[in-house]
Parts: sequence; C-alpha cells; structure tokens
Amino acid sequence: MKSGTGVRKSSVFLGVTFVQAALLGLCFLHAGRAGEAARPAVARRAATVKALGLTDLCLFTDASYTRHLALADGHAPFQEHPASLEHFPAGSLAGPPERLGR
Amino acid sequence: MSAWTERQRSILDFALSSLLRRAGRNVSLLAVYTAVVFLLASTMFLLSALRREAALVLADAPDVVVQRLVAGRMDLVPVAYADRLRGMRGVRDARPRLWGYHYDATRKATFTLMVPLESAPKEGTVVLGAAAARLKGTAVGRQIPLRTHDGSTRSLTVGWILSSESELVAADLLLLSEADFRAITGIPAGSATDLVLSVPNERERGTVAAKIARELPDTRSVLREEVLRTYDAVFGWRGGMVTVLLAGALFAFVIFAWDRASGLSAEERREIGILKAVGWETSDVILLKTWEGAAVSLTAFLAGTLLAYAHVFFASGTLFARVMKGWSVLYPDFRLVPAVDPYQVATLMVLTVLPYAAATVLPTWRAATVDPDAVMRS
Repeated sequence: MKSGTGVRKSSVFLGVTFVQAALLGLCFLHAGRAGEAARPAVARRAATVKALGLTDLCLFTDASYTRHLALADGHAPFQEHPASLEHFPAGSLAGPPERLGR
Repeated sequence: MSAWTERQRSILDFALSSLLRRAGRNVSLLAVYTAVVFLLASTMFLLSALRREAALVLADAPDVVVQRLVAGRMDLVPVAYADRLRGMRGVRDARPRLWGYHYDATRKATFTLMVPLESAPKEGTVVLGAAAARLKGTAVGRQIPLRTHDGSTRSLTVGWILSSESELVAADLLLLSEADFRAITGIPAGSATDLVLSVPNERERGTVAAKIARELPDTRSVLREEVLRTYDAVFGWRGGMVTVLLAGALFAFVIFAWDRASGLSAEERREIGILKAVGWETSDVILLKTWEGAAVSLTAFLAGTLLAYAHVFFASGTLFARVMKGWSVLYPDFRLVPAVDPYQVATLMVLTVLPYAAATVLPTWRAATVDPDAVMRS
C-alpha cells in the first residue's frame, strides 16, 4: 500500500521510528559524554561542600526544613501553630529526612 | 524480502491506513499519549540527575553532624562538647560549626549565614553565593548592610562571589568571619550551631553515634550515610516529589488505557466484521490491531522520551521550575548534568507501551471471535 508519493506507509513509519530510536541512542551517548565533561565541575562542587562543611543541596530555600532537608526535625513543618498543616509547597515535594522514616 | 516480513509490512501498511482514516481521533490520542510519556520521562530524568548529583557532591559532606536538642527542638551546642568528643575512640576531629538563617525583609528572602570550616573570610568581609549576589544586586568591593539580632546594622564588604557552577550547593550562602557571624546572630562565644566530626572509618560511625548518644544524651547525630540516603529517598521513585508530579500523569494514563480497554468504537467493530467477512483470520485481525497499537504507543514513547530529554537537559526543566521554586525568592540557577539510566528507560517503556498494546488487543480479540454478521449488525 503506497502513499500519494509512491512510498509505502510502512516505510515512512519504520524510517521515522528508526530515526527516533537513533536519537534516543544519541541521548544515551550525550548523557555519557556530558557526565564525563562535567566531572571537574562536580569535583569542584564536592570540594566546596567539603571546605564549607555543607550537608545539603540548595534546592528549596522557602523554609529551613526544606533548605536543610537532612538536618530537619520531624515537627519543623508544623511549628507555626498547633495542628498547623504544611505551609510551603516545597514541603510536599521534599518529604521528611530518611532517619525519621524508620 | 521473506514472505513473513512482506506479510507484516502489508499488515502494517493496512494498520497505518486504518489509523489515518480516523486521523483526527488518532492524532489527538497520540498527542495525549506523548504528553503523558513526556511528563513521566521528564520527572524520571530530573530525579535521576538530581539523585546522581546529590550522591557525587554530598559524598564529601561531614562524616557526622552532632546537634543538641532541647525540648525536642534544635538548640545551640556548647563548644566544650567538641573537646569531649575529640577524645572519643574513632573520632579524629570535632569542630564547632556556625551557621544560621538571615531574613532579608526588603527582598523577602532567607539567606543561609555560615562560617566556613576552612579559610573563613576576614572580619568585615562577606562572600556571597551567586543567587544571593544576584538578589542583592551587589558586586565585589561593594558594601552590604545586614541587620543584627539587636536591631542595629552591620555593613560588610563583598570579598568575592562564589562561582555560578556552585549554585546547586551554595546559591543562598553568605559566608562570614566568626566575629561577624556572632555579632549578627547574637550567638555567644562558647556556643555553636552544631558540631561536625571526622570519623574516617565508615564502619565505626554507627558505633560512634551510639557512644555520643550515651555520653551526651541531649544530642543526636546525623551520619553522612543518612544525609545521602535522605536525598536518595527524596529523589527516588517513592519520594514526595514523584508522588506530586506523577499522580496527574498516572491518572491520565489510567483513564486513557481504561477507555481503550473498555471497548471498541462502532466503526472499529464494523471494520473487524468486514475484514472477517472477506476472509481475514482472527489472528490476522489481532495482528492488525497489535500493529495499530504498537505504531501509536512506540511513536508516543519515543517522541515523549526525546522531548523530555531536551526539556530537562537542554531547557533546564522549564516546566518544573515553578513547582521546584515553590515560594522561594532565592532559587539556584543550575543546569543538570545529564544522567540516563537505561534500566529506567526500559521500565518506562514497559509501563507505557505494554499496557496500551494489551488494552488494544484484548477488546479486538473479543470482537474478532464473534460472528462477523453479528459484529456488523451490533
């Protein structure tokens, strides 16, 4: 079965799928290369962590317990008033520290 | 070309023509399917890159952090505790760490004040994280006023600004000398925010933490492994982030697959009936519908995954930026190092392509096993 230009529809589909699959393969390749290229920058970030004595990534700066996730205590999100609910959006994204889950 | 391949190609041709006959419906189906895969894959790439970054960067975090608790809340720890811990077996060093938060009412942002463990700035000088410098609109050599605990103002000179590549760990930092830190926060000499211990032997850290809990019962220890596990859990599949980001996408996919699985349209039933009437076997009809399902799901999976990769690693996850920023005023500007786990991509493929293919084939099998006359008349 051929399209108006004389090319089989299956050939077009298989061609497009092949190109997409090849691009996905290139993504893996790109990720590997970029990971290698970023190694010195990652090492510098690790050196900053060591020199400053940091414990956390600076991802969520809206509340102390989301800024320093690893050091937060269990009731920090609920300290504003009795029975208060989680206040900051980041609190629902980040979750409690691992040691409090045990 | 073998007869088998030619047969498959012909059925695929027919399947594609069949899809194109209902182009409007199938294009919208493909768009929704691609969007669902895009959202799932974007979340997966983002989390996998953040988890990898956290594991690499925080591998040099302090071995053990000792905090003091008073009535269940974190409190200042006496520096004298460090001397007691230094003598403990397995502990190479114990140092007080000074850090805290500083709210800037003008910019409505909270900065992290900190005295670096190594090479602190000299008194009167401050080192800024890149995002903090951006928000304060300052530059090296300029003065920045900081409100102290007693309401007075202390002006510090910007010594330098940390490079933007360190934003993921240090965007909101204001690094000070010990004297400036104590003057601004009011933390008295002899007290610190917490203590950091050097315990070189990884296997001894748990024992050291247990000993600290016995000797200093008002403290708790956070091991580096716990810090790493916290980030692994936060950015893992079971983390809160995934729950929030994926819930919508998963529900959409469930509704979508259910719609497909619950039955075929009258037009599709009539088509199956005609095919059976002109001599197609049930297996041929199932093969045709399998190809239709495969064409849609494979295209959606590949397109969604490719778009997600570009979104997270080339466009810095623009669509997630609002969610991640939340109510933060200070937000690090960072580009994630691409990290793609083939196992995760394969899982995503199994989770998105197979259910759809199964949902397509099952009702087809039901319709194809019924008498063609009954199917066409129903």
